[in-house]
Amino acid sequence: MKVSIDADICQGQGRCFSIAPRIFTFDDLGNGVVIADGTLTDQGLELARLAQSNCPEHAIFIEE
Amino acid sequence: MVRATSHFAYSPNDAEIRQVTQGGQLTDREPVRDFAIDWDHTDPQWVADPYPIWDDLRERCPIAHTDRYGSGWFPTTHDAVSAIANDTEHFTSRMVVVTKNRFPPGAPPAPMGGAPPITSDPPFHAVARRLLLPAFAPEPVNALEPQIRALCQKHLDALVGRDTIDAGHEYAQFIPPGVIARMLGFPPEDEDQFRDFVHVVLDLVDLEPEIRGPLFWPINAYFSAQIEDHLRNPRDDLTTFLLNVEVDGKKLAPEHVRGSMVLILVAGIDTTWSAIGSSIWHLATHREDLERLVDEPELMEVAVEEFLRFYAPVTMARLVKDDYEFRGCPMKKDDWILLGFPAANRDPAVFAKADEFIIDREVNRHAAFGLGIHRCVGSNLARLELRVALEEFLKRYQKFELDPSSDVTWAPGQVRGPRAIPLRVG
Ligand code: HEM
Repeated sequence: MKVSIDADICQGQGRCFSIAPRIFTFDDLGNGVVIADGTLTDQGLELARLAQSNCPEHAIFIEE
Repeated sequence: MVRATSHFAYSPNDAEIRQVTQGGQLTDREPVRDFAIDWDHTDPQWVADPYPIWDDLRERCPIAHTDRYGSGWFPTTHDAVSAIANDTEHFTSRMVVVTKNRFPPGAPPAPMGGAPPITSDPPFHAVARRLLLPAFAPEPVNALEPQIRALCQKHLDALVGRDTIDAGHEYAQFIPPGVIARMLGFPPEDEDQFRDFVHVVLDLVDLEPEIRGPLFWPINAYFSAQIEDHLRNPRDDLTTFLLNVEVDGKKLAPEHVRGSMVLILVAGIDTTWSAIGSSIWHLATHREDLERLVDEPELMEVAVEEFLRFYAPVTMARLVKDDYEFRGCPMKKDDWILLGFPAANRDPAVFAKADEFIIDREVNRHAAFGLGIHRCVGSNLARLELRVALEEFLKRYQKFELDPSSDVTWAPGQVRGPRAIPLRVG
């Protein structure tokens, strides 16, 4: 299970890294980035899904 | 340092501004009979309570039209708002505030527009936006928290001992200008003037061009004075940064620097003031939510998102680039689009129980900060200000309600929020 952010779609709305700060962080411009390679635990999956369902730009993708 | 106010030809126009604004800014016009074919976002009914109007239009139209302002469209579904916000090929941001005069004389043309990046289109937009992003990224913004908290406390301290307060004019309105003045490096004591500027730019939109135009002179004079002063005394602030920064080895054009400064000042002030005000108004009128937020402060983060969704303060505009048929609507070149992010936030196709305020709403994909490439540059700052302003307010007052002896007033135009919020706090 892996999560990723499509950098072409992300606009830096900032929801992911406030909802799941262990999975997502931000770059110098404030755009979201996945921490490490985005591999998810079961608990991580739940949080990543919550972040995904709050992303206004639909920029988060989860591979299950 | 040269005091900016000495350059600032404010007094003659001050009277003029007050004259046109007394009793609301609305000039004579026909009342709206059907918002589907004749919408007007400054109509008293819309200003008082736009939500039933939007819900009705969403079911009936869902893209409303008006011949006012020289022809414009108002999409009310999340899907249509999102499609237009993401379609920079057919819609331009050259003007984002609906006014009677589309192209004031001397307005810088696309792709930069008068206030980059908000008035810019691709590809220039990305250049102008990128310059601002680092200053508003989470890290530098979060560093401002103690300062914002102190500012909130200072204004609350001034109210100690009072049984009734105006949480709009005596609290909410002070927070954003204090923060933004510091970021731009403007004297904090000029805050009252900033609020008047914002009023001219955002609220006085229904005036004839001959009257609206001159209202901008003092704004321009103020910025000229600030730029002059920063050129002479460079310091560590956004104004100095914009004056010195180079893109491809060249400094920014003077109208770019000035436009971005005006944008940051205007975009940062009554937007956030409105968000703080609406949230306090909501808590004053919904005791169960107030009690819950006081008892469960850990809800603040999701509550802030729900305040932003439910009372989204900012509606933006676009112009149609060339004649274009959008979802059955025969749009003409230079028609306005009133891009209702707040209406999108109430669309039941996207939000469960869209018309209910749910303080612990977990899934909340709201569009209060816009969608697509123009996403609010100040969103991290706005969220921080809103959260801290509410936290500090709730530390002082755990119980409050509207003071029935005086009226709540709402701002007209594209930034919606309460201005006077009379409260009983004792
Ligand atoms: C609750 C408060 C705020 C709300 C609801 C809000 C909302 C918005 C919205 C909806 C847009 C998109 C405009 C469009 O699509 O045409 C926007 C853009 C912008 N906002 Fe905000 N804003 C807020 C506070 C702030 C603050 C505090 C600042 C900065 C100090 C700021 C600076 C900007 C800038 C520079 C843009 C233009 C971005 C671009 O065009 O790339 N805003 N804002």
